[in-house]
Amino acid sequence: MQNRELQLLAAKARLLAVDAVHEAKAGHPGGSLSCMDALIYLYFEEMHIDPANPHDPARDRFVLSKGHCAPALYSVLALRGFFPPEELKLLRSIKGHISGHPDMVYIPGVDMSTGSLGQGISCAVGMALGAKHQGKDFRVYSILGDGEIAEGQVWEAAMAAAKWKLDNLCAFLDVNGLQIDGATKDVMPSEPLDRKFAAFNWHVICVNGHDFDALRAAAAEARSTKGQPTMVLMKTTKGKGVSYMENSVAWHGKAPNDEQFAVARAELEAAIRELED
Amino acid sequence: MAEKIATRSAYGEALAELGGKYPQLVVLDADLSAATMTKGFAAKYPDRFYDCGIAEANMTCIAAGMSTTGLKPFTNTFAMFAAGRAYEQVRNSIGYPGLNVTVVGSHGGPSVGEDGATHQCNEDIALMREIPGMTVVVPCDGYEMKQAVEALILHEGPAYLRMCRYATEVFTDTLPGYRFELGRGVTVRDGSDVTVIACGICVGMAVQAADALAREGISARVIDMHTVKPLDEALVRKAAAETGCIVTAEEAYVSGGLGGAVAELLSECGPVPVRRVGVRDTFGRSGTAAQVLAYYGVTAEEIEKQAKAAIAMKA
Repeated sequence: MQNRELQLLAAKARLLAVDAVHEAKAGHPGGSLSCMDALIYLYFEEMHIDPANPHDPARDRFVLSKGHCAPALYSVLALRGFFPPEELKLLRSIKGHISGHPDMVYIPGVDMSTGSLGQGISCAVGMALGAKHQGKDFRVYSILGDGEIAEGQVWEAAMAAAKWKLDNLCAFLDVNGLQIDGATKDVMPSEPLDRKFAAFNWHVICVNGHDFDALRAAAAEARSTKGQPTMVLMKTTKGKGVSYMENSVAWHGKAPNDEQFAVARAELEAAIRELED
Repeated sequence: MAEKIATRSAYGEALAELGGKYPQLVVLDADLSAATMTKGFAAKYPDRFYDCGIAEANMTCIAAGMSTTGLKPFTNTFAMFAAGRAYEQVRNSIGYPGLNVTVVGSHGGPSVGEDGATHQCNEDIALMREIPGMTVVVPCDGYEMKQAVEALILHEGPAYLRMCRYATEVFTDTLPGYRFELGRGVTVRDGSDVTVIACGICVGMAVQAADALAREGISARVIDMHTVKPLDEALVRKAAAETGCIVTAEEAYVSGGLGGAVAELLSECGPVPVRRVGVRDTFGRSGTAAQVLAYYGVTAEEIEKQAKAAIAMKA
């Protein structure tokens, strides 16, 4: 796919996600916007999936380990055709099944229910191990948050993935540098991330998480890496695409009011128009 | 005298025996395979055994992930870590999505003995019972355990299997017409004055208590309630109606466990006196299994005493 097409899809998905959070009056826009480009890349170019057959045993799997960024995942799934985009209006609503965190039972395309941080990556390890065990060649992808990796379970999962040489597992770490209580470097310093994951015997790739060429190259490098799992460290901007949300910890878990949403919509619609030209 | 075997040993034998019949079965452990008795399966099927190291939370979620690929994982560690340490992983990554994983907690209850309070898990039955959709099974002897393992391999959905390290006599193999079925209690002994509803090693104690009561002219029914959830409500209600009082017995906290389940049910649908034998609101201590069980009043003698107390409470 052309980068420009991916950029256009990402802009549309950002608008859907911010719209859904605004409609729900709650949710996590900041981290949803920071990992949106990676999600678009995975669902529109990298992964072997079929929206008409969401339970195909041979499909690639995706686990949103940072499950609170469900608005991003739901928007991408809707754009990709897993369910109608209108359903996003029922995000977090009792009237529908588009719950606050990903639910694999009710939402087509969600491969794992997540939300409790640290658990998703372990589940992804289990999926990759299940593939290896049965000689199946599907791949498993996951996105984690940089605040999430303070959970000890992430490092348990990291050790296990290396032990079983899960080269069918490619994780992306959304390094936006912010979490609920402030800057990640202040809340619980996690650097040096590259050396940490390398020390856990992962293949580590550092990219700009908003650069589709870089994401494409990283995914290709992960596919050709044998005998170890890959961690793609994505430098990202929290709130990417909405000027007042960018690099602002205030927008970790807050919905825009009507006036704020109007500004966000205008900015994202302008981005969409520019890319459509 | 019948053979004595711990349910964990029978479990280990069952896994190794059933591995050939069920190729989808995979076994995960957290560095305790010699104690959880998965070592036999590991030796026979090394390619289907995954040692996750001392990382129970991770093991639990790995099993969840594996189950989504069509495998049937059994996770193994002590009950304290299976249901306690990894409670939230079981709840959110197995229970909530309803995944096909059996969580096995060995070394349940005070009969762990010498290791003491940190390793005597009295709350696992209650914790697992609270998870919606969770099947909770506590087999009473080695023979029953083997049937339970096969039933759980075939069961679709989240389950918790509790076993213990204390060797007790096998007796279900001699019960006429015995057949293990998830969710169906077994009437081990018929009786009309009182019913003892027990699980795990307390079923054997209940039979001893019934023998002692019979010598005094008291007719005690004994039910082996191997499946604590879903509870065989019809069998409990029938026993309450026919014998007029109930004693529950388990080597676990009575609150929230089998005793809790039975009392909750009967209080809503027709109360009769219920006396509960088990551990009450205290941590464990070291000692031999028999000493610790006696210290906390989890004995045949206590069941007998509570049976008389229950009968005395009848209107």
